[in-house]
Amino acid sequence: MKWGSFSAFLHMGGYAFYVWSSFGLSFALFAIELLLLSKRRRTLLKRLGQIQRLNASRESK
Amino acid sequence: MGKINWYKYASPASFYGLAGKLIPGFATLSVVLFIIGLYISFFVAPTDAQQGEAYRIIFIHVPAAWMSMFIYVVMAAYSGIGLAFNTRLSAMMASSLAPTGALFAAIALFTGSFWGKPMWGAWWVWDARLTSQLILFFLYVGYISLQAAIDDPRRSDRASALIALVGVVNVPIIYFSVKWWNTLHQGASISFTKAPTMAYTMVAGMLIMAAACWMYTIAVALYRVRIIILERERHSVWVSELMEKIK
Repeated sequence: MKWGSFSAFLHMGGYAFYVWSSFGLSFALFAIELLLLSKRRRTLLKRLGQIQRLNASRESK
Repeated sequence: MGKINWYKYASPASFYGLAGKLIPGFATLSVVLFIIGLYISFFVAPTDAQQGEAYRIIFIHVPAAWMSMFIYVVMAAYSGIGLAFNTRLSAMMASSLAPTGALFAAIALFTGSFWGKPMWGAWWVWDARLTSQLILFFLYVGYISLQAAIDDPRRSDRASALIALVGVVNVPIIYFSVKWWNTLHQGASISFTKAPTMAYTMVAGMLIMAAACWMYTIAVALYRVRIIILERERHSVWVSELMEKIK
């Protein structure tokens, strides 16, 4: 193991704030992009489904 | 040679299905490569003699900066093809890539800040490399806002394709800025002409993280282009047939 202990790993040789902010924010942004995308898809499918049902009910009349 | 009809996949309807099949593979590859890449970044790569552990920011900073430039070039190429041949799908691919490109440009900028502060003593300097990268971010933002501002997709594709094509001159400026100007930013980490000066494991970590970002980008771009296809083709017969199946 490169790091003597877990706290040494977290400490990052005194640069903990800079290193963990860089990686933490980057992966948080990836997660946000994925969440927003799946939300956009779900909303779209719901809307398309509503249009579908509307058209179907119109045709049956 | 087997006859695969590639033109078939130029139609949004068949590409929608193909993209759906490809996404899980690219997503899995991305996760695996990120795990390996992060492991090398934090547990294999040695401590830097000059910068201590702070240099580890390089493993996300450089791949993100590369991606922001590559994606812009690919986006400009798709825009150019869309403009020249009036192909619907290439314009959709271009607009699908833009948000992820903007994301990587932003990551390159703020991780650079988090690296610059402990090493240079400044969050930001108006150095040629940093300034041209900031312009790249604004080009992405401009592209996305212009697309959002024009309702007719055909017209918004054409207008934003112009931004993409004009802005592409900025990419070589970013890349060569550290050579052309006397910048505070260090030179290229990996050169095509010289053997790497960094430790082998550092190079490997960076390349694997870059590959992980590539797979992430492809998976996300395919996912987003499927949404764009459905949005734009919602009045077509195939979409209502698809919705019939989902129900």
